[in-house]
Amino acid sequence: MINVVAPIPLGVDETVSKYFGPISDFIVSIVFYSVTIFGADVSLIVVWLISAAVFFTIWFGFPQLRSIPHSLNLVRGRYSHPEDAGEVSHFQALATAVSGTVGLGNIAGVAVAISLGGPGATFWMILAGFFGMASKMAECTLGVMYRREHADGSVSGGPMYYLRDGVAKVTGNPRLGKFLAAFFAVCCIGGSLGGGNMFQANQATAQIVGVTGGEDSPFADMNWVIGLVFAVAVGAVIIGGIKSIARVTEKIVPFMAGTYVAACLIVILGSIDQVPGAFGDIIVGAFNPESMAGGFLGVLMVGFQRAAFSNEAGIGSASIAHSAVKTKEPATEGFVAMLEPFIDTIVVCTMTALTIVITGAYLDPEASELGGVALTSRAFESVIPWFPNVLAVAVVLFAFSTMISWSYYGMKATGYLFGDSTTAEVVFKGIFCLFIVVGASLSLGPVIGFSDAMIFSMSIANVTGLYILARTVRNEIRSHLGKVESGEFARVK
Amino acid sequence: MPEILVGVDRSEQSRRAVEFAAERARQLDRSVLVVHVIPWSPFSFNTPEDNEHRSTRRAEEIAAATEQIVDPMAALVREKGVEVATLIQHGDPVDTLIDIAKRRASGHIVLGRTGDSRVKRVLFGSTPTHVVQLATVPVTVVP
Repeated sequence: MINVVAPIPLGVDETVSKYFGPISDFIVSIVFYSVTIFGADVSLIVVWLISAAVFFTIWFGFPQLRSIPHSLNLVRGRYSHPEDAGEVSHFQALATAVSGTVGLGNIAGVAVAISLGGPGATFWMILAGFFGMASKMAECTLGVMYRREHADGSVSGGPMYYLRDGVAKVTGNPRLGKFLAAFFAVCCIGGSLGGGNMFQANQATAQIVGVTGGEDSPFADMNWVIGLVFAVAVGAVIIGGIKSIARVTEKIVPFMAGTYVAACLIVILGSIDQVPGAFGDIIVGAFNPESMAGGFLGVLMVGFQRAAFSNEAGIGSASIAHSAVKTKEPATEGFVAMLEPFIDTIVVCTMTALTIVITGAYLDPEASELGGVALTSRAFESVIPWFPNVLAVAVVLFAFSTMISWSYYGMKATGYLFGDSTTAEVVFKGIFCLFIVVGASLSLGPVIGFSDAMIFSMSIANVTGLYILARTVRNEIRSHLGKVESGEFARVK
Repeated sequence: MPEILVGVDRSEQSRRAVEFAAERARQLDRSVLVVHVIPWSPFSFNTPEDNEHRSTRRAEEIAAATEQIVDPMAALVREKGVEVATLIQHGDPVDTLIDIAKRRASGHIVLGRTGDSRVKRVLFGSTPTHVVQLATVPVTVVP
């Protein structure tokens, strides 16, 4: 008998990994260029983002502590004139931006942070969320200040426009403005394909495989099939123009977010006696991590990085969504946008973190291997055994709505670069759908690396522009607060 | 003299309400304000694309409501030789009607009885029911 040993052909998932992995590693090595300080790898891009957040917090005089009531009154419509009814309200602009932000970053990203940095990473995430509120305020105020109103009444805004027009005006150098805007737009397309797409598709797929039997799941080696289904659904909306699917998702997502927070509260309140201990672990772990490579600085980096990935403060993406609001006072949207990192990071991420810490899921020796959504799912399962199935539905919906939002951001960036060319936009949409399949097929490692790199690269041009426009935006905010004080901008309800 | 506010939609009952309001206005030498509220909430969840084109859609909605609902109703009032003004606003129909009546100090609200299904009426009540309960001026519901 002759045994013929044929080479085992690689499956679709392995083939995608083989080609994509090295590309991802290369991009990550550039964007996350790190220096070693006290034995910890400190990535300069994370320092860049957090420094901007701290700078704007001081520059605006701690609006996070002083202006929350004003933000809430704006969202509640207390300043909205009846003649503006039917236009985009502050609440709607915030809700749209939040649904692009709240996603797998809050569920899977937190698990990644805790599996890498221990409970202490949560403390730094919350702190980064707090400071991030100020950079979000800056970018969203500028988004409205420099938005473009087209002849048909539609509006386009976001970093592309304030970088191009604002930077040109302040520096008197239009070429610098154009360069920063184009650089941002290119990175934004990358960010929409990475964090806004692959990471979402990857983690939603992981949860579907998890609840259908893990390694025994019929989809175990066929992640790309789930990716394909996602791609078809997203394609139906963004290419096929079947908007009803997106509208229905937008309406269900808030309920799923409510369900998710409720489930976290069930776990937390069910073990209320352990909450002080969990906070103890978080605080002790933040300053004195025992098993963390790189010690204190290492865990701080992990927390900051995951917070920025989740709430996107300083990244510039949300500014595109917030720019559609109807207001005569650009600063009003800055105050409203400030609530976004609060909801995303200080509320939702903290909920996930407490759930993981209280259940002790992170102590599992497999925790770092599980990473992402699988770890969060296991934490819930230990208290509410059937919840992973609900989580799978929530995760799919969050992923879908985040992908729809990010496809829009990517499309606006494409439109900016190619003069609103329909062909360019269709090509972008096609590539976007293709990346869903790629994201679903890969393992978490290369996906999160690539997604992080692309999302964070957006901050290079955006934060540069924010610094250049720092005085402009502070004047706008001060002038608005002056009008509130003098009664020129008064409540109508 | 305070005007008579008449809230209208596409229904036949609205038409009868307008005729009733016009007749009352003629007898009392008052003017009529024809109001149509386009149902809308500032607290809804939209896609970014919806938001981008919202201003355009709003203008289209107002133009369609003017042409198809409000102008024909206003013409009915004019036929009776009564002065008429029109107003179209987005919002919750009940709250908006009451709010407009307050802002303009209207003396009377007239509405057609809506043809909502029995289930919908049981669950949510109808617009006229709520207006009757909450308005601060007399309300007449025309069957």
